[in-house]
Amino acid sequence: MLQVDSVKAGDIEGGTAKSNSFEIRNLVRWESGLAVVLIASLVIGTVASPQFITSANFFNIGLSVGDIAIMALPLTLIVITGEIDLSVASTLGLSSSLLGYLWIHGWPMQLILPVVVIVGALLGFINGFLVTKLGLPSLAVTIGTLTLYRGVALILLGSNIVSNFPTTFTTIGVTPIPGTPLPWSVGIFIVLALIFGVVAHFTPLGRSIFAIGANAEAAAYSGIKVKAIKLRLYVLSGIICSIAGILFTFRLATAEYDNATGLELNAVSIVLLAGVSIFGGRGTILGVVLAAATVGAIGNALLLANFPQQAMGLINGGLLLVSVFVPNSRDLVNRFKGQIGRVRLVGTRRG
Amino acid sequence: MSNQFDPVISLRGAKKYFGAVHALEDGQIELFSGEAHALVGENGAGKSTLVKIFAGLHRPDSGTLTVDGKVVHFDSPRAAIESGIAVIYQEPTLFPDLTVAENIFMERQPQRSFKRIDFRRMNREAREIFSRLEVVLDPTRLALGLSIAEQQIVEIAKALSLDARVIVMDEPTAALSSVEVDRLFRVSETLKASGVAILFISHRLDEVFALCERVTVMRDGRFVTSSLTNETDENSLVRAMVGRDLEKRTDQLRQFDQRALLEVEHLTLEGLFVDISFTVAAGEIVALSGLVGAGRSEVATAIFGIRRYDHGRVSVDGKELRRGSPSAAMTSGIGLVPEDRRLQGLVMEQSISRNISMGSLKSLKKNGVIRAFTETRFAADWSVKLQIKYGNLGNSVSTLSGGNQQKVVLAKWMARSPKILIVDEPTRGIDIGTKAEVHRLILELARSGVAVLVISSELPEVLNLADRILVMREGRLVAEFTHDDASEEAIIGAATLSSEVSAS
Repeated sequence: MLQVDSVKAGDIEGGTAKSNSFEIRNLVRWESGLAVVLIASLVIGTVASPQFITSANFFNIGLSVGDIAIMALPLTLIVITGEIDLSVASTLGLSSSLLGYLWIHGWPMQLILPVVVIVGALLGFINGFLVTKLGLPSLAVTIGTLTLYRGVALILLGSNIVSNFPTTFTTIGVTPIPGTPLPWSVGIFIVLALIFGVVAHFTPLGRSIFAIGANAEAAAYSGIKVKAIKLRLYVLSGIICSIAGILFTFRLATAEYDNATGLELNAVSIVLLAGVSIFGGRGTILGVVLAAATVGAIGNALLLANFPQQAMGLINGGLLLVSVFVPNSRDLVNRFKGQIGRVRLVGTRRG
Repeated sequence: MSNQFDPVISLRGAKKYFGAVHALEDGQIELFSGEAHALVGENGAGKSTLVKIFAGLHRPDSGTLTVDGKVVHFDSPRAAIESGIAVIYQEPTLFPDLTVAENIFMERQPQRSFKRIDFRRMNREAREIFSRLEVVLDPTRLALGLSIAEQQIVEIAKALSLDARVIVMDEPTAALSSVEVDRLFRVSETLKASGVAILFISHRLDEVFALCERVTVMRDGRFVTSSLTNETDENSLVRAMVGRDLEKRTDQLRQFDQRALLEVEHLTLEGLFVDISFTVAAGEIVALSGLVGAGRSEVATAIFGIRRYDHGRVSVDGKELRRGSPSAAMTSGIGLVPEDRRLQGLVMEQSISRNISMGSLKSLKKNGVIRAFTETRFAADWSVKLQIKYGNLGNSVSTLSGGNQQKVVLAKWMARSPKILIVDEPTRGIDIGTKAEVHRLILELARSGVAVLVISSELPEVLNLADRILVMREGRLVAEFTHDDASEEAIIGAATLSSEVSAS
């Protein structure tokens, strides 16, 4: 999608071809690499098990990554501005618990769903407020709210497990979108990814988000409202995570305080595997889509190939490290070079 | 031991280039034991480069540095310290969570057995140094919360604990109150009495005469003159500092209506500037002149909304501007080409075209979306208008030369067709050819009715461009000249001299 546009510009402008693809160009390489990994894991999966290329299995893959991939979208924008949100899975968990809590207290579903989303927005606002208005580091703030929101979820539901949800809603965990092998969460992810992709790469807001991450000071000098934009992204993250929470609850037909515990790391993994720079300023939504598909496919292929589940951490952790190291290697090398006395570190690595 | 009349340290014929920039062409200075030697010159005269050579931070490309008559080469700051040279910077960097004594003895704490720090001895030695300096400072208190003046004292104490024989003070008084300056001077007198040689960098000529026995003037990276302070006076120093052949002014009287587009009234930001009032008319170029640190850029960023001022008001076309909001300033028609183009003006890792379009995205979008083609066309148009030399608009802006980078920043703002454009050091660090083009662009803007506020440390630039020149000193507006009665001497006089001399 992105490449097509730049080719058009090139045809017309001649000498100024590729002008708009610069920010994307480096990443296109990363994304082509991701596409290769994705295809490889599809091939390995197909070879490893005849069940791999089946609608039922695609449905399973989709279920396994759908909610996480949804959370990864707003997280991507936050990481591009140079911040982070580690409270995403706790926001999901709290939304899930709130949903269960209100349901057992007899609230109608039409009322519960908007309330859950509004509370999600509020949770995001709290993060954003602490980060932008009080100027606290987002890593610390969202580690705090990661624990805090989970704690509130525990207070709400205790050890209760709510599972008497109406089947109209819980079918999303067993039946795909009619006419496709995809679960609803994946369908929603695709729609959101399209919207996020357009916003991030083709609107003034998207440009502002990249500019903030690349140089917040220059962004402010260009009239970009740095803090207001970051605050809105956190609110957006809260909203999207609460929607993911609703989907998560219905697909498992279960609301529990510890739903999705620890999944923030999976969301961060997808964002980083997507080639989004942890230092901000670089990344694409296309990368996030590919990364989510890759993570789902690899996990599933390994599962079908009877790869020992105990060793899955090795694969996930290794992928994460590679995806942090490779796209940022230039930054890292520059950083070491920039620090007198640490030059040797670069040399050591070379030797 | 060297003779008392030989310099402790001397530098001759020092050259230092950074790429094509000649920071130092002919650095020359001699410091004598027990004497304070002032080094004065305009911004960019090469004073800081010279200080950094003494500090061991820069190695001169040529020239000789001698200590006690022996030629030395400092290849690190440590080598300079070991030769007995200490540099006190304007804003020292102490470890805030350590005590004063711990800061003084950083990395060489007196020790007891098993490498334990001998705190009692350390504090006692620190106290001894302070009593030698005749200042009261508790060695056991934390450095956190010390005033800048006190931090400088700690640095001086550290220098003494290292047996420094040469103490370089790089604009130590710029951030001090007059009481603190007096104390620093008393300490300096004590240092001199104990045989230390002091190199004192200051823009304040009255201080030079109060403290120093000898003064060296530098200009454009070159040594100009050196004399005893009791054999010269402020006016001759100013002449020596300016001294270049005055460039011929391009005397073209511009017509502009007297309607004030930008009105600044009693603008005050505590600690940075006080009671700044001026106007800029449509088509007029007003220069804000003065030394670095006089508060010029701070006023500019306050007008533009990057900083929030405490009192006063800014109006555009008669309408008061909300303070502290760059986007409100932009909406009202103000643009700011900031002082530091790499940090504030550009997003270096993004493309040339993105940097140019950055201020105009709202007008570029169609149905809410920016199309690559539109943006490229837009950037290409402006690159042609400003004759930006680039390989590919998609290349990162960091690939351009400084002059072309500056043109990108100008393009970004000109594309918004501002009513008021503030340009802060528009030609700093760019080559002469591009400089002339930037000047031409600024004049064209004014001719088309834009109100221009230029901040520049280069006096020929100010004299060439400005219809009116305002001079700031230490956060205040101290003088105003029209294009016709301005001269380099008058401006630099107002910017540096004590108030009786500059009142005009």
